[in-house]
Amino acid sequence: MNAREKILNAIAANQPEAVPLPVIDKDTVISYNDVGMQFNTMLESIGGKAVCIQDLQVLKESVNADKATGKFIVNTIEALGEVDEYVSSLSAAQLEKLEKAYIKGTVGVAENGAVWIYESQMLNRLVPFICQHLVLVIDKKDIVPTMHHAYAKIDTAQEGFGVFIAGPSKTADIEQSLVIGAHGARSATVYIIE
Amino acid sequence: MAKHAALSEKFIADEPRTDWHDETLWFVRQKRDKAAHGLPGWEQLRELASQIKNHTLSNLEKYLRQFEQQAKANGITVHWAADGDEHNKIIHDIIRKHNIEKIVKSKSMLTEECHLNEYLLHQGIEVVDTDLGERIVQFRKEPPSHIVLPAIHLKKQDVSETFHKYLQTEKGNNDPQYLTEAARQHLRDKFIQSELAITGVNFAVAETGGFVVCTNEGNADMGAHTAAVHIACMGFEKIIPKAEHLAVFLRLLARSATGQAITTYSSHFLKARRGQEMHIVIVDNGRSKQLGRKDFRNSLKCIRCAACFNTCPVYRRSGGHSYHTAVAGPLGSIINPNMDMKANADLPFASTLCGSCSNVCPVKIDIHEQLWKWRQVVVAEGYVDASKKTGMRGMAYILAKPGMYRFAGKMGRWVMRTFPFMINNKLNAWYKQREMPEVPKQSFRDWYLKNRGK
Repeated sequence: MNAREKILNAIAANQPEAVPLPVIDKDTVISYNDVGMQFNTMLESIGGKAVCIQDLQVLKESVNADKATGKFIVNTIEALGEVDEYVSSLSAAQLEKLEKAYIKGTVGVAENGAVWIYESQMLNRLVPFICQHLVLVIDKKDIVPTMHHAYAKIDTAQEGFGVFIAGPSKTADIEQSLVIGAHGARSATVYIIE
Repeated sequence: MAKHAALSEKFIADEPRTDWHDETLWFVRQKRDKAAHGLPGWEQLRELASQIKNHTLSNLEKYLRQFEQQAKANGITVHWAADGDEHNKIIHDIIRKHNIEKIVKSKSMLTEECHLNEYLLHQGIEVVDTDLGERIVQFRKEPPSHIVLPAIHLKKQDVSETFHKYLQTEKGNNDPQYLTEAARQHLRDKFIQSELAITGVNFAVAETGGFVVCTNEGNADMGAHTAAVHIACMGFEKIIPKAEHLAVFLRLLARSATGQAITTYSSHFLKARRGQEMHIVIVDNGRSKQLGRKDFRNSLKCIRCAACFNTCPVYRRSGGHSYHTAVAGPLGSIINPNMDMKANADLPFASTLCGSCSNVCPVKIDIHEQLWKWRQVVVAEGYVDASKKTGMRGMAYILAKPGMYRFAGKMGRWVMRTFPFMINNKLNAWYKQREMPEVPKQSFRDWYLKNRGK
């Protein structure tokens, strides 16, 4: 008998009598008067930056200004200008010098400041992690109160990879001192389009 | 092998450091309280999580089969390992097949439990741990002392010395920012070169065949999205039925662990990226046996947040290494006797049974009750130290004979009064770090007979 059969048989023999699966009632969990405000507060509290904007003009200018510096900047958002499709096939070594990436998010979560990004939105799975500075863009209408609401809006089986990102990369592994910029982005800014 | 009490004695020899360790972990516990109490519906959330886990354990075979089927349909190779050795061999085979030399690993307590690094080192293969805390202890050739905060037993001076030796950082520069930056640069090189990334699994979803890995540093992603091969290792209890249940567990996990509302990265892996190969190793290593132990099976509900470590008065004052196992703390003390009862017979006794662990557990494991139950199992199986057994027997003998008990009490009081040095010495374990109580003039029984007994 191979390991698989051995394990599954042992589990079948030892598992307790079936108990029912509870139902999650989204309506009974916390709600916020202003989810946008709550999202901003949470994001700022974890070292991120929230910027509310009325239209995309300021962002377009920001992308152009960044690209003009000659640094390695990646834009993955069509509405902001030319999409840097070529990054989808770049290796880690080629992405190592990535300074900043602009990525559209699907959902923002008010209770924790996280933003969901699908693989197709980041073009290359490494981009949101390997960049020094991360810029996320979400529509205000896509901010939901809790993770329960977030999972109702996304489909984790839709693409090969997806991630909730909440603020910049951090660690407190040395004497519990918080240091921003562990292995991932050193800063995370979320633009919220009103 | 040295037992918890002996190893703790070594740890507490440095009193200021013990106090620091105690306070630091209590601070993490307080952050957890703030996060938990700040979230309306926290108790309902715990109850929901507990029920989902109970349901999952009672349908585990079905969900594991479903998960395997879905993962395979997503192009992932699924392996099954009955024990740690099989787990290590599966990984070694993949390494050999691809002729891999550069390996990075993010935090996985399962690979610690299976001693994967040592196993591969014996085959001449080096694995680089990429979590900052794990890298620090790896340099120092120590095991992690905490499942969430692997280097919590170290001070920044220790880290500075270690990095000076291995990463040539400035001698005496203890700035955490500076030291973290040095590790970032060092590990970036390792990531860029990596051919194989090994990660743990926080949650595996039966419905989709996908799995979630949570980090604050981003190290799991840096490795997994770079390497040509990704192996994710999981104990079979990591399974949950549906993606919507992730909401419940992600809301609880970081709040319970560090007081954060969520970890920086909650990465959802479903399929390998183009050109990549993805494997999942599902490990038993004693878990199916634990599932059959009625009193202890619900330890398999654990989501490894370590809230029970941070709150435990014994853990905080004895340090993770005194538990001599990959998973320390109260939770470790209820899962390790199942894996090796003889080697871990001391662990259920490393507790005051105060119950704080059960109070903070996000999935409502009755940890302190299991500690108490393990004590009886361990004694019944004959794995208790001779001194403890003799003492208990003597105690039982005397307590069963009231006349003898009264005589012994009288003798004890007389000896303590007349020859205090016979009690106040090193042979009396109770006397260590404690003053003996003042001797009462009479026993309660004598007092009662005199005042109320008429």
